Amino acid sequence: MKNWYKILSVIFILYTLVWGLLNPVPRLDILNETIRNVYYHVPIWFAMLFMMTVSLIQSVLALTKNSLDNDTKAFNAAIVGFFFSLPGLTTGSIWAKYTWGTWWTFQDPKLNGVAISILIYLAYFILRYSVDDELKRARISAVYNVFAFVMMNVFIMVLPRLTDSLHPGNGGNPAFSQYDMDNNMRMVFYPAVLGWIFFSFWLYNIKNRISFIKNKLND
Amino acid sequence: MILSLIKKEFLLEFRQKSTIGGVLVYVIGTIFVSALCFKGRLDKPTWNALFWVITLYTSVTISGKSFLKETGGQALYNYLHYSPTQFIISKTIYNMVFMLALSFITFFFYAFFIKNEVENLGLFFVVLTLASTGLAAILSLMSAIASKANGNFAIMSILSFPVLMPLILVVIRISKQAVDGIEWAGVGFSFIGILVALNVLTIALSFLLFPYLWRD
Repeated sequence: MKNWYKILSVIFILYTLVWGLLNPVPRLDILNETIRNVYYHVPIWFAMLFMMTVSLIQSVLALTKNSLDNDTKAFNAAIVGFFFSLPGLTTGSIWAKYTWGTWWTFQDPKLNGVAISILIYLAYFILRYSVDDELKRARISAVYNVFAFVMMNVFIMVLPRLTDSLHPGNGGNPAFSQYDMDNNMRMVFYPAVLGWIFFSFWLYNIKNRISFIKNKLND
Repeated sequence: MILSLIKKEFLLEFRQKSTIGGVLVYVIGTIFVSALCFKGRLDKPTWNALFWVITLYTSVTISGKSFLKETGGQALYNYLHYSPTQFIISKTIYNMVFMLALSFITFFFYAFFIKNEVENLGLFFVVLTLASTGLAAILSLMSAIASKANGNFAIMSILSFPVLMPLILVVIRISKQAVDGIEWAGVGFSFIGILVALNVLTIALSFLLFPYLWRD
């Protein structure tokens, strides 16, 4: 049963799409019904961070084992993660419009952090395309990926916790209780997180298979 | 060994008077152009931001070329004679010293041509020191990567600006406190801690990662 995570991802995502709109949510000021976005916006970011972590692990493996396969996997994981950052950004932007009253604000360190991490991964892709030799490309881009991942985490994880942020759970200790989630919401939120993470992993596997078939055809 | 490498860097730099003179003219020219554009009508946040933008661009321009001359025959010579860790440490130390001198020179001319808005000079110099070492450390590694990627200059800026952002944002925040003349008791020391941590982290990562860039 090696396809269990694919089946689970489909079930979880369908479940959160339907039950996420139907289940009762707490009535909060400003947030109102938009609190349901927590089922879509947050899990998509978790899926992106998960893919970026996979990319980091594959890059470290590519460096230590000097292997091209791991390099391809690191690249694919970065592509999938980048792909997830776009809906994450869109859902966040729409949510911000209805709660903070603006599509984008520079006051929030998380928004800046996300913009910077998208730039980092664009730089990573450009770096890859500018080197022709495969082995050299694997090493150079892996070095940049590891360094960029650390800097990105300083940005997204450490800085927002020290400064004031509009996001809940920042400017102090981050905690899920600060999302004001009740048990009804948790019933949808946790499956949503798992569903999107499984879905990203599924995409990543498909991308890997495509790359390896392409490599075989080229040989 | 590290000392002799650093000495070699300085010798090379000062032997070619065009580079060191070029750097100075670049800095003074940039500051003079900004002075003419703003005509002294700067409030404190703008003063602060403009200073760090100038420093950022100068450092990318200067450190960007630090590995560009280490290609071809020179790279082979280095590869045979030095270990990668010696090499990256000496490059980083050299860049740090150079950036430190340069950022203090930048501050001098900036204060001279525009004006000196800093009220807590001690704190500002601490920030300036930590910022230049941090910039130099990050840019040394980025320059090493860019030199392997066919060494074009656009790649250097594309790679460095996003990874420099955490450093720059922290620096601007503490530097703002120095400009506003906040007493030492009210200074955000957690941010100075982050600056030190970023320095240490970058050096540690360079130490670990550079050996993989070394062999060609």
